[in-house]
Amino acid sequence: MARMHLELSGLTKSFGSLVANDHIDLVIEPGQIHCLLGENGAGKSTLMNMLYGLLQPDAGEILIDGEKVAIHSPSDAIAQGIGMVHQHFMLVPVFTVAENIMLGREYTRAVGVLDRKKADALVTELSERYGFEVDPEALVEDIPVGVQQRVEIIKALANNARVLILDEPTAVLTPAEIDELIAVMRQLKENGTSIVFITHKLKEVKAIADTITVIRRGKVVGSAEPSATEEELAELMVGRAVDLVVDKDPATPGDTVLRVEGLTVIDERGFTAVDGVDLEVRAGEILAVAGVQGNGQTELAEALLGLTPIAAGRISLDGNDLTGRTTRDRLDAGIGYIPEDRAHDGFVGSFSVAENLVLDMARRAPFGKGLSLRTDEIEKNAQERVEEFDIRTQSTDLAVSSLSGGNQQKVVLARELSRPLKLLVASQPTRGVDVGSIEFLHTRMVKERDNGTAVLIVSTELDEIAALADRVAVMYRGKVVGVVPADTPRDELGLMMAGASKSEAEVVATENPTTLGTI
Amino acid sequence: MSETTTTPDTVRVPAPAAIEAPADRTRRLRVGSLMLVFALIGLLLAIFTNGGKATFQLVSGDLQNNLFGVPAQATALILGILGVIAAGAYVLRRVPQSYSGYLATLLGICFIGSFLCWAAAGKTFPLANQFQGTLNFATPLILGALAGVLCERAGVINIAIEGQFLVGAFTAAVVSSTTGSSAAALIAAALTGVLMAALLAVFSIKYLVNQVVLGVVLVVFASGITGYLFDQFLQEDAANMNTPDVLSAVKIPLLGDIPFFGPILFNQTILVYLTYIAVAVVTFVLFETRWGLRVRSVGEHPKAADTVGIRVKRVRYSAVLWAGVLAGLGGAFFTVGYAGSFSKDMTAGNGFIALAALIMGRWNPIGAMVAALFFGFATQLQSQLQIIQTPIPGELLLMAPYLATIIAVAGLVGRVRAPKADGEPYVTE
Ligand SMILES: Nc1ncnc2c1ncn2[C@@H]1O[C@H](COP(=O)(O)OP(=O)(O)OP(=O)(O)O)[C@@H](O)[C@H]1O
Ligand SMILES: [Mg+2]
Repeated sequence: MARMHLELSGLTKSFGSLVANDHIDLVIEPGQIHCLLGENGAGKSTLMNMLYGLLQPDAGEILIDGEKVAIHSPSDAIAQGIGMVHQHFMLVPVFTVAENIMLGREYTRAVGVLDRKKADALVTELSERYGFEVDPEALVEDIPVGVQQRVEIIKALANNARVLILDEPTAVLTPAEIDELIAVMRQLKENGTSIVFITHKLKEVKAIADTITVIRRGKVVGSAEPSATEEELAELMVGRAVDLVVDKDPATPGDTVLRVEGLTVIDERGFTAVDGVDLEVRAGEILAVAGVQGNGQTELAEALLGLTPIAAGRISLDGNDLTGRTTRDRLDAGIGYIPEDRAHDGFVGSFSVAENLVLDMARRAPFGKGLSLRTDEIEKNAQERVEEFDIRTQSTDLAVSSLSGGNQQKVVLARELSRPLKLLVASQPTRGVDVGSIEFLHTRMVKERDNGTAVLIVSTELDEIAALADRVAVMYRGKVVGVVPADTPRDELGLMMAGASKSEAEVVATENPTTLGTI
Repeated sequence: MSETTTTPDTVRVPAPAAIEAPADRTRRLRVGSLMLVFALIGLLLAIFTNGGKATFQLVSGDLQNNLFGVPAQATALILGILGVIAAGAYVLRRVPQSYSGYLATLLGICFIGSFLCWAAAGKTFPLANQFQGTLNFATPLILGALAGVLCERAGVINIAIEGQFLVGAFTAAVVSSTTGSSAAALIAAALTGVLMAALLAVFSIKYLVNQVVLGVVLVVFASGITGYLFDQFLQEDAANMNTPDVLSAVKIPLLGDIPFFGPILFNQTILVYLTYIAVAVVTFVLFETRWGLRVRSVGEHPKAADTVGIRVKRVRYSAVLWAGVLAGLGGAFFTVGYAGSFSKDMTAGNGFIALAALIMGRWNPIGAMVAALFFGFATQLQSQLQIIQTPIPGELLLMAPYLATIIAVAGLVGRVRAPKADGEPYVTE
């Protein structure tokens, strides 16, 4: 396959008065993995969207193998051999995997009739070549996010891209899936494909990057060697020293706040998602629910909030039975909730930042009064939150959908952490958020704990669990296989996440130490 | 890291049969109670059915032969009880979920059966007419609903079907009257349908006008312009301008000789045959061709379509314009297919009913056709009942299909899901 030398020169893009990209120069050498690092809102996605023809630059040019090219639309980019996996999935949920992959480059027989067999065969071939397991006939909406991500990657590969842009592909992947992806990236690189890789996880950067470029507030601020330490990379990104692990004192747990007994949830397809779970979270402690994605954690969190009907069991808060109560009752009772899929469940994209920041408080003083809203209070609140959580937005009146991916996340976090809580339920709280913000959010959640709030965190990141948890509950196939102390070795946690009981895991982990947790 | 992959199917086990997902349970109880209500009404009708015979006329206009008589009350009772059993079996979960559709269909047939026995007890019910009329009412509805399916699958809401009907009906009448050619009339009607569609497309896709408002405006516009032209020209010179030839029926050999259904289905005008073909073609094109895949993608997730190099707006234009052909032909049915002359606002809201059929048929061509046939059946039944005189006023009965639509649209019966980007203009920067 022909290799491509790609050069971006002086690319500039403004949105209103905000300069999202300010004369960015970037060279992507053939067959290299080029990592783009930068805070939330630094302008990484904007730059890549210009390269892919989704946005038109205000100034600057794109050179392929030394020649200037015009990329007016994604079809131009595809024609040049550029492929992109977008930060937000670009899959049609009601289509099958094969339909999604052939869309735009359909295989047809006579008169435009789709050749589904050929498309299925292509999916099977590509997924075998790269060791993915994907069923071409499955509907995209029915498959888990990790598999959807694979579909996105296969889609980009199917076009025989010479340059592949991966915009935060690992945010929703489990550690095992990340390993798989990294292997695929190596394989592609060997075949001469260049890759632009955007991520907030510094471990991944160190594992795979050939070149690292750091962007801050729309400008290239430097580059780094893959041998640089995580601390150095973080500092280059954020512009100050960052604590990658939060300081926290041992917990001083109080009374039991949340009690869950025999909770069972059946999912829409009639499968058991949560299977007789018993849990307790006490005031002033952080309980982390660990597990491979899809083992019922999401449904557990949703059931606590009353967003998913439960088939059996009891939920109580401070001794008051909440089973069967509405979500509003539960929010009023003092539960804060950070949903896993914030883009869907966390905010209203077309509402302004200010409005989203009071979404679940608009009924009450000081924001609501009688039938009307107190816009001055809402505005004041917005200013404070934007300041406190460092939400990068030009104005609090801007629609949330125009914020960068990570800043959208922060809007939700800011809202939920800004009212008095008894229990905080946070699913994947730092997914897609930059290191500087992770530091802040982790500190913030520990502070919430120290104020006596019970905190339940659902996370698939062992790093995050190690940083925050006081106790860890491991879920597997809808059951809690064990509740262990936070300092349990990673090998043991890993085995429990694969279904081993606590005692089994202990034995196996000491007998066969693995390299778990090296990445 | 861990060895497991993450597909829930490998991680999750099916819940034991005894436990039902709460959402399914709610749906079962809701739909079930509705089915029970219908079943009980059916039974009640059976109880109040007069003794004697219900006679059904099997050949249009033939009152002597080809009659089919049943003991009214006994038949009604049997059907009524069967209906209750069907509804009960559903509510009590006596059959697997996948068979519930058949139960609902069985109940529907039983209900209509008991109803007909009740209405026709001691009388003669023109069954052949009933089916013939159903088809007449349904044909434009099917074409209109297909037009709606094409537009909305591409993400453009088409409220203007009624307007497309009107201009189609008008044009067909005038062209047929002046040229004497039915083919010219149909082609002209299709073209004016496309013209209306072009207005819809340009304003909604290019100028991002709110599609619902736009649709209503186009209907008013169509009504105004056809009304004006009617007053100015057609009424003045009705003999030359408003005497279209009604399409003549063409009998299909063999198929047309099938007893009872043959003459109803296969002794029809070319426009009715075109409608059958259109249902098949639209279904095939939408689900099996490149163009159809693209149409559906721009109606579901235009941005995703854009990122794989599809010209979203262009695909939307083509879908809306092709839909115009169907809607224009649907309009032609009113004049050259049926009535034989144009009159003001003669489409009488059928364009909106086509919209209801589209929704009840869940944006699926076949579903839309079934819904349109159902609406046609109810409309025809209403006029038949007036003729044979039953205690229930026909107007009341005329409400039934729309009631059914509301129930269907309210999501009582399964999940109704419109194309995700239906009505959303696509804007790029
Ligand atoms: N369509 C838009 N309208 C207005 N502002 C925009 C738009 N798209 C992006 N921006 C702004 O441009 C800036 C850069 O956004 P971009 O999405 O490129 O950030 P990013 O580096 O990808 O961040 P993240 O890591 O959070 O994804 C942000 O401040 C964002 O609010
Ligand atoms: Mg981004």
